[in-house]
Amino acid sequence: MAMSATEIEGLIKEAFPDADVLIKDLAGDGDHYAAQVASTAFSGKSRVQQHQMVYDALKGKMGNELHALALQTSIPE
Amino acid sequence: MSDHPKHAEIQRELDENDVVLFMKGSPMMPQCGFSAAVSQVLSEVGVKFKGIDVLSDADLRDEIKNFSNWPTIPQLYVKGEFLGGCDIIREMHATGELKKVLDEKGVQLAG
Repeated sequence: MAMSATEIEGLIKEAFPDADVLIKDLAGDGDHYAAQVASTAFSGKSRVQQHQMVYDALKGKMGNELHALALQTSIPE
Repeated sequence: MSDHPKHAEIQRELDENDVVLFMKGSPMMPQCGFSAAVSQVLSEVGVKFKGIDVLSDADLRDEIKNFSNWPTIPQLYVKGEFLGGCDIIREMHATGELKKVLDEKGVQLAG
């Protein structure tokens, strides 16, 4: 069921090659993560759209294999 | 969006209630930390909302995710618009943006 931080980062980087990605394993159980993603791809998108783009990058794993990913998206300066 | 019969039901709830939170458990008895967090934020802001428990309805639990193209619960809707899940609502609350948005949409806040 669980996913590794490297796997999550890999999927995000694949979708957003320019992204700065920071993943924290919150509980040490491979199931609760926090991710910060900064990418120019988010420019002009609402927060909901930005998160939807990251969820798309995770290819349906969010809400399934991946129970909890606290997400923070931003656009680099 | 598909034409799953649940979607019409969801839309009706959104038409009839200004602020709707699809959550696990009820506002008084949340069954998940993320649902509890958003309920807590809404009561801090002083907004009345309708909590709908997706755990009591498996179809609803699946279809709300398709309806909004959002993979997780909770989900907050204001005046029919999907505002966000736990992360976004907490972030908006921290910056004061949540109150502003509710205000702009003409939602009554207590106190």
